[in-house]
Amino acid sequence: MATITIDGNQYDVDDTENLLAVALSKGYDLPYFCWHPELHSVGACRQCAVKQYRNDEDEKGMIVMACMTPCSDGGRFEIADKEAAEMRSQVIEWLMINHPHDCPVCEEGGECHLQDMTLMTGHTQRRYRGPKRTHRNQDLGPFISHEMNRCIACYRCVRFYRDYADGDDLRALGSHNNVYFGRDSDGALDNEFSGNLVEVCPTGVFTDKTLGAHYNRKWDMQNAPGICTHCSLGCNTSPGSRQGMLKRIQNRFHGEINHYFLCDRGRFGAGFVNRDDRPRQPLVRNADGILEPRAMDVMRDTMESVFAEAKGVVGVGSPRASLEDNYALRHLVGAKQFSNGMSAPDAAASRAALAVLENHSGQLATLREIEECDAVLILGEDVTQTAPRVALSLRQSARNKHHEMAAANKIPKWHARAVRDIGQTHNSPIFSATTHATRLDDIVVEPYRARPNAIAALGFAVANALDATAPAAVEPLDQDAQAFVDAIAATLKGAKKPLIIAGTSLGDPSILAAAGNAMRALRTANSEARLFVTFNEANSLGLAMMEDRDVDTAFAAIEDGTADTLVVMQNCLYERAPKARVDAAIKKAKNVIVMDHSLTRTVGEAATHVLPAGSFAEADGTLINNEGRAQRFFQVFIPDAPMQEGWRWAQDLAEVAGHKPDWIGMDDLIAAIVADMPQFAGIQDAAPSQSFRKFGMRFPRSPHRYSGRTALYANVDVRERRPEVDPDSALSYSMEGYQGVATPPALMSYAWAPGWDSNQAAITRFQDEVGGHLKGGDPGVRILRVAAGHSAFADATIHPVAGWQAVPIHAIFGSESQSARSAAIVERMPAAEYRVNPAAAKSLKLTAGDTLELAIDGETHAFPIAIDPSLPDQTVGVPVGMHGVCGLRLPVEIKP
Amino acid sequence: MQLSEAEIEGIQHEMSLYEDPGAATIEALKIVQEHRGWVSDEALAAAAAVVNVTPTQMEAVATFYNLIFRQPVGRHVIMLCDSISCYLVGYEQVRDHLKSTLGIDFGQTTADGRFTLLPICCLGDCDKGPAMRVGEVYHDQLTPERVDAILDEYK
Amino acid sequence: MEETRVLTQRIRADRSPVWMKDYLDSGGYDALKKVLAELKPTEVGPLVKEAGLRGRGGAGFPTGVKWSFMPRFEERPEQRPAHVYLVVNADEMEPGTFKDRLLMEGDPHQLIESMIISAYAIGADIAYVFLRGEYTECRRRLQQAIDEATAEGFLGKNILDSGFNLSLHLHMSAGRYICGEESALLSALEGRRAVPRHKPPFPAASGLFGQPTTVNNVETVCNVPHIINNGGDWYKELGLNKDGGTKLFGASGHVAKPGLAEFPLGVKLGDVLEHFGGIRNGRKLKGLLPGGGSTPFLTPDHLDTPMDYDGVGAVGSRLGTATMVVFDDQTPIVGVLKNLEHFYAQESCGWCTPCRDGLPWVERILGNLEAGKGQPGDIELLDLHVKLLGPGKTFCAHAPGAMGPLEAGLKYFREELAALIPDDAQTLGRIEAANANPL
Ligand SMILES: Cc1cc2nc3c(=O)[nH]c(=O)nc-3n(C[C@H](O)[C@H](O)[C@H](O)COP(=O)(O)O)c2cc1C
Ligand code: SF4
Ligand code: FES
Repeated sequence: MATITIDGNQYDVDDTENLLAVALSKGYDLPYFCWHPELHSVGACRQCAVKQYRNDEDEKGMIVMACMTPCSDGGRFEIADKEAAEMRSQVIEWLMINHPHDCPVCEEGGECHLQDMTLMTGHTQRRYRGPKRTHRNQDLGPFISHEMNRCIACYRCVRFYRDYADGDDLRALGSHNNVYFGRDSDGALDNEFSGNLVEVCPTGVFTDKTLGAHYNRKWDMQNAPGICTHCSLGCNTSPGSRQGMLKRIQNRFHGEINHYFLCDRGRFGAGFVNRDDRPRQPLVRNADGILEPRAMDVMRDTMESVFAEAKGVVGVGSPRASLEDNYALRHLVGAKQFSNGMSAPDAAASRAALAVLENHSGQLATLREIEECDAVLILGEDVTQTAPRVALSLRQSARNKHHEMAAANKIPKWHARAVRDIGQTHNSPIFSATTHATRLDDIVVEPYRARPNAIAALGFAVANALDATAPAAVEPLDQDAQAFVDAIAATLKGAKKPLIIAGTSLGDPSILAAAGNAMRALRTANSEARLFVTFNEANSLGLAMMEDRDVDTAFAAIEDGTADTLVVMQNCLYERAPKARVDAAIKKAKNVIVMDHSLTRTVGEAATHVLPAGSFAEADGTLINNEGRAQRFFQVFIPDAPMQEGWRWAQDLAEVAGHKPDWIGMDDLIAAIVADMPQFAGIQDAAPSQSFRKFGMRFPRSPHRYSGRTALYANVDVRERRPEVDPDSALSYSMEGYQGVATPPALMSYAWAPGWDSNQAAITRFQDEVGGHLKGGDPGVRILRVAAGHSAFADATIHPVAGWQAVPIHAIFGSESQSARSAAIVERMPAAEYRVNPAAAKSLKLTAGDTLELAIDGETHAFPIAIDPSLPDQTVGVPVGMHGVCGLRLPVEIKP
Repeated sequence: MQLSEAEIEGIQHEMSLYEDPGAATIEALKIVQEHRGWVSDEALAAAAAVVNVTPTQMEAVATFYNLIFRQPVGRHVIMLCDSISCYLVGYEQVRDHLKSTLGIDFGQTTADGRFTLLPICCLGDCDKGPAMRVGEVYHDQLTPERVDAILDEYK
Repeated sequence: MEETRVLTQRIRADRSPVWMKDYLDSGGYDALKKVLAELKPTEVGPLVKEAGLRGRGGAGFPTGVKWSFMPRFEERPEQRPAHVYLVVNADEMEPGTFKDRLLMEGDPHQLIESMIISAYAIGADIAYVFLRGEYTECRRRLQQAIDEATAEGFLGKNILDSGFNLSLHLHMSAGRYICGEESALLSALEGRRAVPRHKPPFPAASGLFGQPTTVNNVETVCNVPHIINNGGDWYKELGLNKDGGTKLFGASGHVAKPGLAEFPLGVKLGDVLEHFGGIRNGRKLKGLLPGGGSTPFLTPDHLDTPMDYDGVGAVGSRLGTATMVVFDDQTPIVGVLKNLEHFYAQESCGWCTPCRDGLPWVERILGNLEAGKGQPGDIELLDLHVKLLGPGKTFCAHAPGAMGPLEAGLKYFREELAALIPDDAQTLGRIEAANANPL
């Protein structure tokens, strides 16, 4: 602690912080560029100049950069000082010498940190008389536009991209006033977190290309608090829309999860919402097999007879749909006829994962906590591809060693460059066992490659090495492997905050049991030990908690004739079971009713009846993320009728089926879930209820400068429309309502504060301290409780496959089915290929590029072969999700 | 593209002189340039591979420094000191003479590929200015007449 | 005036190098032998400190004090980092500076011996010479000297059976003035862009590859063997005032006999100037940069100034590298300033805003003035830059260095500069202002 004085006011502050962070936390308007709460200080831009006085007698003082100045006890500082203010305004004048002043055509306009700082410093008169230098821009791929002339050389882009995300293909090039931030040549940015450049860049050099394609200003967007639906981590987003079109995804700060950064799948994967081929009308398949639109009243009658004639109805839920949508379906078909919609292996792995989470629910790491862990063991997950945001957090955890070395030399943690310079290549240890080389290998100690069962064996062995009472796998490890296991165990044991990561993406429950054992062995010795488990989809954990029955039970019911009608909620059957089985079931079923927002293969080929459900952008709902946190997302815009939320369709169907539930809005539905399924107690607190008001006001989805409201629909009707009233949440569909720092975090549709228009800077005003937590608490509630009987080690059973095995290869761009429908993501999808190691290729008598026809689980695909030396012997890497391959059923034994 | 044995050996030797072999990026660029006169995109990528850094990192270093040529240069690179001591004793005259004789501006190469003309900061030859280097050879106390004679030495 | 030749005692008129045999014959490596035989590493620094040796690279920091910042591991060998480094700064790119080149070309072994002793003193096991890229002749000679020294057992493992190990390598820079700034130099040695580092931490705490490092100028370390051989008192007495020892002085520009000479510190400016033949062509002195491009001008009023750190400091300039750039009364000051600021603008590393974007603006204003296109307000803009590019406001000392001569130029030659703004500039200014870019 230290007591310092700023502009005559005394504060007790954290003496390990720098003055800029403290001043911003205290609400001062102190301009800055190169500093960022996550990237810390380097003192490059010289924008945050303040006066520092040596002592009470010192009247002259000296100019210092606040970001490079420690808050030492007794410090006296002036922000208001004239000379400091002069320096700050001069810095802007310098920065603006070459800036093109092209604000009218710049995508950053209205949310530009440079605009804000220019106004804040009072620079209004340009004195420079020379010409401006210009640059050539680069094509950086489908995500990011590049306009280098706008660059003010704050170095933030490379500090995020290179120093934070470990990306290697964006650098500062050139020197003096000809520095250039780009790649060595045109080409898509390679790092999975490139989209954050859009928000990290304080001006319009790096902008969102997908927004640029249908651009409008920040202030003209209608937003809502969103939860990313493209993996299980539940990063908070702020989707923006206008006139029923989804425009972009922006980061929404969550102090425990994503904080300032999203992955590119999350940011650029929402384009599926705007696709022309989405079902927008109720559809019925005619005799020719064509889906035909039906008017609502006609459809109602149709559905009434479908249900009246049905001999048994089964429901297929979905791990990518909300609890509410799933629960409504469950209500429609009855609890016993409901399946969780997961493939059998995925469901088994998810159940195993749930058990492990419940056993260690007090020790689950948040994404943020991962960054504090100083030794990590990853079992099986290629996190960059399956839960990408974790990879970014792990990259920070690797740097804990730097901070440790810095601390030993009295270098403060915010002194970014000095921390890097002393840390050099010394990283905190990360061990990782995966089936093949991963993008994290650059920070992994001796990457370990093995088949899923051997990865589980490794995990059991580590548990056993940590605690001799933990069962080891039956087969003893060879000497090298045992030495590696001992090294891992010793490292984890010696760490201050060790972390175990595992997940369901390999579909092997024994990996999760092994992770659970390792965790148990670790936590007895160290209560700081943490566990992090990833799932395949946004609500996999929620569905695992809701229902044990997997999709196969639904097929079985059709196959054995107990049911003849299949109702599917936002799911694609072909992703969950072998094609032959799906086709047979569909053939046998009388009706297949699908509620979905996308033209999935199930909608296109299997559905007899289609009801157009809202996507995440057109619905409210609750998702349970991988750490058991219930989080609410809200409708960004109201879709054109008759599109509506999945749960509303299910409610309508229940009505025609004769058991209409009495849910008036989300509050009722959520209350019903909690009453029916105690495991979900707490989800009602994920966000304030629909009736919550502040000073009698709702919370706006649009900023107060929203323009053109009277004109937006003038082509339809020149009278101003009354804003729609939201029956399901405390948000309004307008700019009216409570705008202020007391907005409950879960209801913050966007971040905006007086004088601070950019997302990453404005949020400061809503945080307890800059970069910390949201005032009023980070949204969401963790609902997992400690399970009974959590004290025993699991059996170390593994299921070795003797011969050939297919293992899934996940891809951040392509393996997740919703984002895979987004144009920008499609451009970045890898080519379909089977991967094998050279020995395997040899024994198959194939070389790279040859086509391999492979029957997996009764389904045959022919893809070219690629050689990947990292794969184990007799193992075929199979691309997941794309090209008609269902990876969620792997690994399986195969015979090539 | 492949670097020559000699280049690779040279780079590997430099790499052995540093605690972090990646520190040899600058030396690698210089070695490649010594062998090829300049550093092409392909040569840069090849050198990057030897040092085990990405081409973009190599480029970040290459574009920072003055003495790395990322464009083809003539057989002889003339670097004329434009700093204060030479400026005081007739740099401008020599500069103008060089430009008109060679028919090129700074940064350009003569059509016959013989000379590239570049300005350079203080060569440490201040007591004998105006000074220039042609390749690795210093020439000082330049006058337009001496420049003509010197240029004749380089074919 | 007679030279006092200590560092240059062996250097031949034609600069042909003194190789091992001649070097040994003239007492070379005696200091090293003495140090290794008689002194503990920690005993060398105090000698240097007592001798009053100050850094010859420009800043004049006391060398013994700098060495004392190095963490010592004699008592706790288990905590010794992988390496401790000595780096000799031979980047010499300061405009008008050519002294280190002489030392390296003329007497390469003197530098090698100096480095071995200095490395021993600070506990270093690896030493680098960071050599500017154009000094290819220095490279050849130093490399040969290193080879000779290695063959003789002065470098490598267990030097002269003392148990002391040192490997010494040359690094050729790829050219950038900022590489001379010691922390940028470390970045360059690590194979990165030569962007300076913020201090603290100082290199002694976190230097090359994050490990304890001392950076010294070539001339600085070359003093060390002489201090060892002759004692601190002798060295101290060499200087005429407070600062010990001799210094290489140089003169270029409009002097009759440009060159280098070695004098005791504290010698009078006028005497040095006279040694170099005074102003050529019978003209008069207008001004001079006493120690390289970033030292503020001195004028004919300052000829009595004692040329040592405090003496030059007292008249508002710096001794710098003590290689003076002299110009006569026919020289337009604007041209001198523009030439200098062009250099500094070009050589900015591009890291911090004031330097990166301010210096080119300064250069442009001076260019306008020179071309008769100055406007009212230009001089004030120059004043503003002098003020806001000063120490502490920019990231490193490059920009403040650039402002040294400009500040002095505005002080001593203000009227000359103001007179460059054409009389009709008032009207011109108004017209241009009306046509100017809006913000
Ligand atoms: C922009 C800049 C350029 C410099 N260039 C050199 C140089 O070329 N040679 C040098 O010895 N010191 C140079 N210095 C000074 C060094 O930073 C450092 O102070 C010096 O090498 C320390 O050695 P010394 O204590 O022996 O003088 C420069 C400093 C700055 C700010
Ligand atoms: S003052 Fe700033 S831009 Fe200039 S050289 Fe130093 S760090 Fe680089
Ligand atoms: S924010 Fe402090 S110098 Fe850039």
